[in-house]
Amino acid sequence: MITRVGKFVFFFAGLFRNRERFSVYVNLVFEECILIGIDSIFIVAIVSTFIGGVTAIQTAHSLVSPLVPLYMIGLITRDMTVLELAPTFTGVILAGKIGSSIAGNLGTMRITEQIDALEVMGINASSYLVLPKIIAGMLMFPLLTILSGVLCLYGGYLAGTLTEIITAEEYVRGIRFQFDGYNVMFAVIKAVVFGFLITSVSAYQGFFTRGGSLEVGKASTDAVKNSCIAVLIGDFVVAQLLMA
Amino acid sequence: MIEVKNINKSFKEKHVLQDVNAILEKGKSNLIIGASGTGKSVLLKTIIGLNKPDTGAILYNGKDFINGTEDEIKSIRREMGVLFQGSALFDSKNVEQNVMFPLDALTHMGKEEKLDRVNFCLQRVGLENVNKLFPSEISGGMQKRVGIARAIVMNPQFLFCDEPNSGLDPLTSIRIDNLIAEITQEYKTTTVVVTHDMNSVMEIGDKVIFMYKGKKLWEGDNKTILNSGVEELDNFVFANKLLRKLKSI
Repeated sequence: MITRVGKFVFFFAGLFRNRERFSVYVNLVFEECILIGIDSIFIVAIVSTFIGGVTAIQTAHSLVSPLVPLYMIGLITRDMTVLELAPTFTGVILAGKIGSSIAGNLGTMRITEQIDALEVMGINASSYLVLPKIIAGMLMFPLLTILSGVLCLYGGYLAGTLTEIITAEEYVRGIRFQFDGYNVMFAVIKAVVFGFLITSVSAYQGFFTRGGSLEVGKASTDAVKNSCIAVLIGDFVVAQLLMA
Repeated sequence: MIEVKNINKSFKEKHVLQDVNAILEKGKSNLIIGASGTGKSVLLKTIIGLNKPDTGAILYNGKDFINGTEDEIKSIRREMGVLFQGSALFDSKNVEQNVMFPLDALTHMGKEEKLDRVNFCLQRVGLENVNKLFPSEISGGMQKRVGIARAIVMNPQFLFCDEPNSGLDPLTSIRIDNLIAEITQEYKTTTVVVTHDMNSVMEIGDKVIFMYKGKKLWEGDNKTILNSGVEELDNFVFANKLLRKLKSI
């Protein structure tokens, strides 16, 4: 474990050595932003809308006391989704989608000697291939998390009003009640951390793949597993640091 | 010219290269031959810097490639062109982008100039009207030729080819061999080819190095290889019954 962490640290440090021209990275980051961000909008949107809806319905189901005002459904949905569900669920979904894609892509490049081809040309392959993915991850994850938060709230609104457990006015009153902007900032910070963890852990798994197609598959699976674990640990650490 | 001096390389307990010395000459096709598992690919990867040797030195035109400064190593790397066994073309890029890649990454050439150079190299390897095709859309032989075009696009002094004929039919193999030989003559490159194909040896082997169990066992050319008098090399060269029969005649 310690060896692996040490190897990861060296791998990460290597991203900043012997880099290419700045303009090379601009194009690569842009391409990665499309792959990581734009191509993930659909899955994030679907999942977030349903999570918001389910959160609102389950919250309503739990509120049995007539003394608790109905707008609390909106408030609880807001706090649960913005603080935890939007960033963490988005992180776990993207660990699966982006993590496996990054590890599979780099693993295939490794076993087909494409990474060797880059290194022979004098290009720092890890910096060229991995750094743009990490930067794009750290840029796009917050945007996807904000989108997720908005759609969670909208999903709650739809579920609440369509099933008539709450009126639109009560729900909107709930999500506006004692709103603290810091919570959004907190979610964005979490998303930046998750973006870094998922892209770097998955890239590490893929970059050091050895063998054949079987090992590429294993690297992808390990990337998803380790990224999910990293997201959960990161979630705990960020919560402890920013809220304790 | 490339000088290989006392190279040793081990992977864990296995001593893969043992005191290998060789001079790879300019303007010649230098072939490293040997059976599978004799260390020829490891030697090539060590020469091009993908493996670091445990001991020894690699000199490119007298410059130390192993222990040089980062800038020295980088300047040597920019004089290298490598054709990998599986061509190693970038899947996500089309033929034109693959060949243009070194120019994009390592030069400040304008777009027109780069395109002219790419088209020149593709024409030189006998490929036309394939610029927009992706590697998965062309045959293995064409992929090799695109790999050669990418290897020569920077006009390198040193050209390395790892098993350029693997997976190709005999006729295409000879075409690829001849292309490598022509480029070597034309650009006076120091060309190093790793192969176990005797057709290649007889076709383009200006200089031949025979590897056996991690050691250099014999050195010569395609004119002397048939009468080397080295048993292990004879076993490799005359591997099939027909050739053994012909030799006995």
